[in-house]
Amino acid sequence: MKIVLTAKGKEASSPIDERFGRAEYFILYDDVLQTYSVIDNPGQYENSGAGVKASQIVIESGAEAVITGSLGPKAFMVLKDAGIKGYQNFFGTLEDNVAAYKENKLKELLTPGEEVKSRGRL
Amino acid sequence: MKIAVLSGKGGTGKTTVSTNLAAAMGIAYVDFDVEEPNGHIFLKPRNLEETDVNIMTPVIDHEKCTLCNICVETCQFNALANTGKKILVFEDLCHGCGACSLACPEEAISEYPRKIGVLYEGTYDESGFYSGKMALNEPMAGPIITEIKRRIPKGTDHIVDCSPGTSCNVVKGVDGADYAIMVTEPSVFGLHDLKLAVELVEEMTIPMGIVINRSNEYDHLIEDYARESNLRILGKIPFSKQAARIYSEGRLLSEDPQIAGIFDSIKATVLEEVSHAVSHS
Repeated sequence: MKIVLTAKGKEASSPIDERFGRAEYFILYDDVLQTYSVIDNPGQYENSGAGVKASQIVIESGAEAVITGSLGPKAFMVLKDAGIKGYQNFFGTLEDNVAAYKENKLKELLTPGEEVKSRGRL
Repeated sequence: MKIAVLSGKGGTGKTTVSTNLAAAMGIAYVDFDVEEPNGHIFLKPRNLEETDVNIMTPVIDHEKCTLCNICVETCQFNALANTGKKILVFEDLCHGCGACSLACPEEAISEYPRKIGVLYEGTYDESGFYSGKMALNEPMAGPIITEIKRRIPKGTDHIVDCSPGTSCNVVKGVDGADYAIMVTEPSVFGLHDLKLAVELVEEMTIPMGIVINRSNEYDHLIEDYARESNLRILGKIPFSKQAARIYSEGRLLSEDPQIAGIFDSIKATVLEEVSHAVSHS
């Protein structure tokens, strides 16, 4: 089982980043290997479509779920179609959230969050 | 002759200067501020013809699509996503560049014209009037500006009322201009954004001058900067109750005999500057 967490740092003890598309890092947790590996998020600097790009990265990672603050409408749609579930994080570290996920304590994100329109003029 | 009017800061008087000067010079007026066009309020154009502005947006043929991912990797705007089951298209992120359909090896992408706004062509007095407007919930101004530009017959003398800021849309407006008029207000904020706009126009190597709108006792903020930067002050529009009243009634300031004189003088100065600029280019 693999899950992706949005993170503000690269360690298991790093805090969760509640932003999805513009998260600083994605951390891929592998349950079999018990490892946390770092996936960079180049999409955080995009003018628009950061959530779509982030969803693509999650799909390509092979994860079955993503733990983050909320998912915008586009990311929600992409992940749903790919069969990947979103879960809302607990405040705390990545490890805390992985533990909570395993104990089924995290709330599934069943509706998309608010859309964040691109900033500035296109 | 093409004159671009810009300001950096919004709400400084680009439209006031553009409309009044176009009317004083008797040349075409072009409103490139398609996010919030308002030149029509003052020039009251007639015989306006409305045309849709479309961009080509992809449609995926899911029968032909092999989910090879090439289109997703090609799109620079993240408008496409590959869920492993199908390709999703997010139309509001699409810039209509057509790269996805060119890149698709299966010819599974066709395109349809999606309306993103409208453009207007008409006349005011004896001159041409051009403007455009974005459609509700559509974020892209660029293609509308490009389309308006295409409608202006070659050789038509015109004034371009640019959008605020120093974005790509402003660059599109200024591109190809013989001269740029920088409208500013005598405030620290006005000066700050004026400097950004001046930097842009300098980069594009277009000669320019400054008009101070709502001129008051703080004009020295702009005048000192103009002196240091070797930029000419083309004129000043007073911060008067009378000017504000005429503006708020959607009329041209030139309807007031006192203020009309100011625009005649700005016109003369601009013409002198433009002929100087053209002879040196």
